[in-house]
Amino acid sequence: MNTLLEVSGVTVSFDGFRAINNLSFQIADAELRAVIGPNGAGKTTFMDIVTGKTRPDTGHILWGDKSLSLIGMSEAKIAQAGIGRKFQKPTVFEEQTVQENLMMALRKDRASLAVLFFKPSTSDFERVEDLAEEIGLGEALLRVSGELSHGQKQWLEIGMLLAQEPQLLLVDEPAAGMTPAEREKTTAILVEAAKTRAVVVVEHDMEFVRRLNCKVTVLHEGAVLAEGSLDHVTKNQDVIDVYLGR
Amino acid sequence: MNRSFIARNPSVLIFLAILALFTLVVTVLSEGFGVGLISTSFVKVLGKTLCLCLIAIAMDLIWGYTGILSLGHFAFFGLGGYMIGMWLMYERTRLIVVNSLSEGVLPPTPEEITAGIGNQIFGVVGSSDFPLIWAFADSLVLQLTFVVLVPGLLALVFGWLAFRSRVTGVYLSILTQAMTLGLSLYLFQNASGLRGNNGLSGLQNLPGVTAPQSVVSLWFFWASALALGLGYLLIAWVVSGKFGSVIRGIRDNEARVRFLGYSVETYKLVVFTLTACIAGIAGALYYPQAGIINPAEVAPIASIYLAVWVAIGGRGRLYGAVIGTAFVSLVSSWFTGGQAPDVPLGFYTVKWVDWWLFLLGLSFVLVTLYAPNGIGGLIDLLKRKPRETDV
Repeated sequence: MNTLLEVSGVTVSFDGFRAINNLSFQIADAELRAVIGPNGAGKTTFMDIVTGKTRPDTGHILWGDKSLSLIGMSEAKIAQAGIGRKFQKPTVFEEQTVQENLMMALRKDRASLAVLFFKPSTSDFERVEDLAEEIGLGEALLRVSGELSHGQKQWLEIGMLLAQEPQLLLVDEPAAGMTPAEREKTTAILVEAAKTRAVVVVEHDMEFVRRLNCKVTVLHEGAVLAEGSLDHVTKNQDVIDVYLGR
Repeated sequence: MNRSFIARNPSVLIFLAILALFTLVVTVLSEGFGVGLISTSFVKVLGKTLCLCLIAIAMDLIWGYTGILSLGHFAFFGLGGYMIGMWLMYERTRLIVVNSLSEGVLPPTPEEITAGIGNQIFGVVGSSDFPLIWAFADSLVLQLTFVVLVPGLLALVFGWLAFRSRVTGVYLSILTQAMTLGLSLYLFQNASGLRGNNGLSGLQNLPGVTAPQSVVSLWFFWASALALGLGYLLIAWVVSGKFGSVIRGIRDNEARVRFLGYSVETYKLVVFTLTACIAGIAGALYYPQAGIINPAEVAPIASIYLAVWVAIGGRGRLYGAVIGTAFVSLVSSWFTGGQAPDVPLGFYTVKWVDWWLFLLGLSFVLVTLYAPNGIGGLIDLLKRKPRETDV
């Protein structure tokens, strides 16, 4: 498998505090990966760096076959290059319908003039319907997304990410606040998505990570502490000390 | 599945029909072309109100739909007025000067004519030379182009600097206030070349036109109604499709839009510049009806009133902006125009000229507290549910 994203030697400090400390990390192009770690381990900062929200002090971030450097690119450009991000809190456009949300996310020209004169084709509508079906919102296309349940909003946001057709999906705590049934469905959506692209899930919840059944990276104080299967890392003494032992 | 834009937005057609009917009724009742029930000065008030409605829907686009509370759009409105005012004043003065000089024995030289116009226009600020910015004042076509170009360019430069630095929220509002204050202070200077605090006057007279004001006022009234109709159509179209989805997304969650791959700053800049151009056109139609423009017109308070009108009418719905602006500005001119009778309370007489602002402030507070969707929000209660093809 080819390396899709390569983070090497990245350091970020906020007012002297090293949120990310010489972090190196690799993702292959169709891989499901869970990133775990205690609070303050740098999980969200890691996502901020990859998506262009935060600029690292040192290090390299290389993307794709052409080893494009993501440092210095705007958030929008990075998203267009094929990295999608899901926030911890479900963030969908609450005043707009499920259909409008998905249509906006659909992989199309993002330039303002092209968007101004955009007319959705029949195939665009079908694509939106298929996506809605995939995330279990096939019946809710015309509902204003603010009316949806917490879990449905999470799925809608994942659906918007899928609509972007990214090569890498960064997902921040997708199962937070979900019922067991909703978790199962979320797991299924993510596992399915990881068949055709890389998916990185940042998660707190061990039970959920076990369900994903994938390689796990443990972050601690902004660096990788351990990496491997969940069983492997949970037996690691360092991991037990800083994370599981608490 | 793709129904036409008008079919998806029946409110646009309803608005245009009401506007056309209103224009017809005013024309029939006017002094110029009708039975004379509406005075020429009131036709001008109505025409000016239509121009204010036009800038209000532009304000609704930038604030109500995109979520950028600009408190500086009257700067663009005023600039539009100044641009057309320069031609009106120059051309009318030129006709007068040529006329008076031709009574002499020798025909006047071009230098004499230019000096005469300069004296007439800039005498009040103790000068007779034409400032550089009047270089194209003799060309109606160019000045009309400037009506759109100058506000558009100012908005483009200002917006580029502000949005690129990711200035948002109240900080951006303060910056736009500073912009309009800066423009106002600059124009107050005699050296600005736009006659300082005298401003440009006599704008109600169209050069070379002998028709009476009762007729000219209707021409401008029609032009204002047409501009409002076209502006409404344009903005309703802009907000109806995916572009509308994106800018409403920017209003509700800027970061999300960014991570979807849209360049938020570019979209903001496009909307800011477009609305500035519309504001310029509105101003260019307004000031010939007002007859005079001076730097006080672009004072910070004017742009704040604009936000108040739109808030009272209801943000994020174009007809709300129109209703709010028409209602508040007409009521305002009634109260401040001396037509409202004073209320003697014995110990104190309520003079509406003084007390109107308190009333306006109170209604703003009440709307914010009890009807956040404004007057337009009441109409929404009658609106139909969205359909599947509404994308």
